[in-house]
Amino acid sequence: MIDKRVATLAEAVADVADGATVLVGGFGNSGVPVELVHALLEQGARDLTVVTNNAGSGETDIAALIRERRVRRIICSYPRSAGSVWFEQFWRAGEIELELVPQGTLSERMRAAGAGLGGFFTPTGADSLLADGKEVRVLDGRRQVFERPLPADVALIKADRADRWGNLVYRTAARNFGPTMATAAALTVVQVREFVELGGLDPEAVVTPGIFVDRVVQVAR
Amino acid sequence: MIRPLSPTDVARRVARDIPDGSYVNLGIGLPTLVADVVGPDKEIVYHSENGILGMGPAPSPGEEDPELINAGKQPVTLLPGGSFFHHTDAFVMMRGGHLDVSVLGAFQVSETGDLANWATDEAALPPAVGGAMDLAVGAKRVLVMTTHTTRDGRPKLLPRCTYPLTAAAVVDRVYTDLAVLDLCPEGFVVREVAPGVTPEGLQAVTGARLTFAPDLTVVHPD
Repeated sequence: MIDKRVATLAEAVADVADGATVLVGGFGNSGVPVELVHALLEQGARDLTVVTNNAGSGETDIAALIRERRVRRIICSYPRSAGSVWFEQFWRAGEIELELVPQGTLSERMRAAGAGLGGFFTPTGADSLLADGKEVRVLDGRRQVFERPLPADVALIKADRADRWGNLVYRTAARNFGPTMATAAALTVVQVREFVELGGLDPEAVVTPGIFVDRVVQVAR
Repeated sequence: MIRPLSPTDVARRVARDIPDGSYVNLGIGLPTLVADVVGPDKEIVYHSENGILGMGPAPSPGEEDPELINAGKQPVTLLPGGSFFHHTDAFVMMRGGHLDVSVLGAFQVSETGDLANWATDEAALPPAVGGAMDLAVGAKRVLVMTTHTTRDGRPKLLPRCTYPLTAAAVVDRVYTDLAVLDLCPEGFVVREVAPGVTPEGLQAVTGARLTFAPDLTVVHPD
């Protein structure tokens, strides 16, 4: 029998290792798996590489991970947000590494990892300093830069509902990076608002099929 | 006397160039004004990089959904016919040439259509790029909406950008408070000027050499 449901947040992130690469869903404050990130904070893993769109703001989730010195390196597209004070402070002090990636390339690099591809050429950023040190070719008359896949050890994402097979549906724009990140990690951990019976999700509406999901934990809203 | 266009008037002028039925992405900042001034005679589908097509205006106070936000992280609504999709698909729409129009802000635009709109030479702030580079390379038409000069009067339309490039040779048309300019093989071609703006006066606040269209007219926002 397949049952990917776990009872507690602590159990969901229990085996995240020091030095792990962790994908964290969310765009701004939309779709961030806040409770899973807090569970990771309590679990204590350190020396993490965190892949996420923004670098957290205020004192919660990713900002808290940074504040507590758990993040060695962040790979993101837009670390400078209102309230991203912890990231900015650590960055100025040289205490956190930043790899800046254009947003579409960030998403596509994870997609490539999940799809088993060796990388891809993209026109995005090909004429910018973000292409420094990378192979650039003229393809179909356009300069394009070669980007490598971005696989991870763990993905932490937020969905709305799941069944015990790990099939997922999301809510409005909270979907954002979730479906792509779910494919790119060795271990995909999902927090959901609600569990439903197997067969309770419309198969035409499932966004992330359970094959991409390893653990699901319920977090009441 | 020179009467620069207000941001809303520039937005009205941009809106006039967006055909009915277009799929459009409006960049953060000035471009978002365009949605407020598009006439009711046009059906425009707005795209947001975080996975929304058919994005509507801000909700009424108290109706905000913290997860339904735009690229600037402000609460928005979804119109009938709208849809949600994941980030990779949102950028497939951008990079893959499916958007008809992208309206972007700019720090600088060069006479060859290069765009600099993501980084200045300020080293005190961490760099941040977001979706700027994807928007600049993907849309069928890339329109830039900006002030003609910086706050301290330095030109933004230049022979060559001095700030880090977002993308090379991508801009189709620039709308400023002083003029509407097309990017052509000969460089910036001025199509329209704000009331009171002379060719000499415009050239004096522009870094790049300007060509003036034979049928140069005064901008009419509506």
